[in-house]
Amino acid sequence: MSKICRLCQAGWRSRSTSSAADMVSEQSGAMGISFPPLQTFSEEESMMREAVKKYAQERIAPFVSKMDENSAMDEEVLKSLFEQGLMGIEIDPEYGGTGSTFFSSILVIEELAKVDPSVSVLCDIQNTLINTLISNLGTPAQKEQYLTRLSTDMIGSFCLSEAESGSDAFALKTRADKHKDYYIINGSKMWISNAEHAGVFLVMANVDPSAGYRGITCFIVDGDTEGLEICKKENKLGLRASSTCPLNFDNVKVPEKNILGQIGHGYKYAIGMLNEGRIGIAAQMLGLAQGCFDHAIPYTRQRVQFGKRIFDFQGMQHQIAHVATQIEAARLLTYNAARLKEAGRPFIKEACMAKYFAAEVATLTTSKCIEWMGGVGFTKDYPIEKYYRDCKIGTIYEGTTNIQLSTMAKFIDKEYDH
Amino acid sequence: MSGRVLVGVKRVIDYAVKIRVKPDNSGVVTDGVKHSMNPFCEIAVEEAVKLKEKKLIKEVVAVSCGPQQAQETIRTALAMGADRGIHVQVTGKDYETLGPLQVSKILAALAKKEDAQLIILGKQAIDDDCNQTGQMTAALLDWPQGTFASEVSMEGDKLKVVREIDGGLEMIKINTPAVVSADLRLNTPRYATLPNIMKAKKKKIANVNPADLGVDLTSRVEILRVDEPPQRQAGVKVETVDDLVGKLKDTGRI
Repeated sequence: MSKICRLCQAGWRSRSTSSAADMVSEQSGAMGISFPPLQTFSEEESMMREAVKKYAQERIAPFVSKMDENSAMDEEVLKSLFEQGLMGIEIDPEYGGTGSTFFSSILVIEELAKVDPSVSVLCDIQNTLINTLISNLGTPAQKEQYLTRLSTDMIGSFCLSEAESGSDAFALKTRADKHKDYYIINGSKMWISNAEHAGVFLVMANVDPSAGYRGITCFIVDGDTEGLEICKKENKLGLRASSTCPLNFDNVKVPEKNILGQIGHGYKYAIGMLNEGRIGIAAQMLGLAQGCFDHAIPYTRQRVQFGKRIFDFQGMQHQIAHVATQIEAARLLTYNAARLKEAGRPFIKEACMAKYFAAEVATLTTSKCIEWMGGVGFTKDYPIEKYYRDCKIGTIYEGTTNIQLSTMAKFIDKEYDH
Repeated sequence: MSGRVLVGVKRVIDYAVKIRVKPDNSGVVTDGVKHSMNPFCEIAVEEAVKLKEKKLIKEVVAVSCGPQQAQETIRTALAMGADRGIHVQVTGKDYETLGPLQVSKILAALAKKEDAQLIILGKQAIDDDCNQTGQMTAALLDWPQGTFASEVSMEGDKLKVVREIDGGLEMIKINTPAVVSADLRLNTPRYATLPNIMKAKKKKIANVNPADLGVDLTSRVEILRVDEPPQRQAGVKVETVDDLVGKLKDTGRI
């Protein structure tokens, strides 16, 4: 993995190994730059956040419980996500997108997660993985064909993991064999989010297993291609409204023109995108924690025992303040990682930190919120237990906590090289 | 016919916020409190944008009177589909005493300046609940008014307005130019979609001074004191009807 790390540093995005702090002192000084707090937003970002908050409260909140129980995303919710422009946040308006920034996507993902983390992850994958890959790597023809549909009515899925390769992603076995001007894909994928509703799949397959990971290539596979089978979705603990399915590829024919980027470069693209997607997941976990907290605190201010509000007991206050601090720290890590990325500065270590920390904070927050709510926190009549179930995947998907920690350690090691 | 509609939008304390009276009883706390567009003004903007989408009018101009923050409210109107905005700058003491009379004078002056065919306002603001601006504006301009509108349609150069009144619904036909004030059931305001928020950034907001419009902002009203409504007292339960009658007699009710 360390070799890959160096490769992705050198090839995919060239970056120095100096820390973020050093770069600030290079740029300031004579320029008299001011340093606003991290929680400073442009007018556009504030307006978007308000708009999404209102929309999520009115158009998603009423469906959350039902979607969780039925393990199915509501069609109206899906349609309204597109109508609000939430599925093409960074896509150019020429393709029907919103034409906004990565940070706006992060704010949207956070706001959606406060109401339903399942809806948030759908929006996150579409914006940070699918749209970014096609916008950055697509040929004009590919962008023309897919970006407009991705902004307006089509969901995409990102297919990397397999039954035998999760963290060890490059050990994937799905093959793509070349014939004249097309490829035949055989294999299977697992844990594919959004699969039930997706109209397009970005599939990582190996065109030359003898070359190891250097054979991995990204293919754009249309949902209606013959031989592509979307199997029964998993029955999950949490994020139930988000469909997670195994996929089978049985002699799936894909034209050569559907290769995204270059042959054999798929591994780079996957790592690059997952570095960004990580910040998206951090935002999702952050929103989840905040949403859960926002439901629990009013209860503690209302509930009276032994003649006073349970919020007024010192033990409770200390726990509540501790959790609030953790959420704030997760927020700052996430926003900072997003701003670093937007500024074109090194951000991988910070993105790992944000995702790792936010997922841990979500776990802590939801667990504590159930305790603070007592018996009612344990029932499905209240929304708390859903947040508790939903948070667990945060430490697992888009890079497990252990992988994040190992990645961070490698960066730290390098920092002391000179 | 200019085909231009003026829509007034007011920045008020958000409807979900718990209002607190200032310790000196001079008003309510507004510092650091969440503000948003008055809900009835949202309905007014929606109606104007709908008329434009039906091609019955050509341009929607959003107007707001207040300090710098009023621009946020205008931007929201732009994100909902208004074409441009006018920010009438009123600050400090003038803003504290700004009321329906002053605003209606401003709107009347703007209507003449912009050659407006129609003015749509919310029926009232949720902070002062005055329900006067629409009526006063019409009177100053000597225009017909359709207030408490729950339905508006254009028939040639006449306006058909269905009004919500105490006895039910009243349908009137008025000439344009006219003033309409929006009631709750007129429509359901659209969300500002993200693409529209981006587009709103490019739309223009003009800055205007009330003095330039020849409007005198002096208030004829002086607020003496603001108090919270009396706390609701707990009720008392009684065992029998006789007890109830006894209690009512004791408190002098019967």
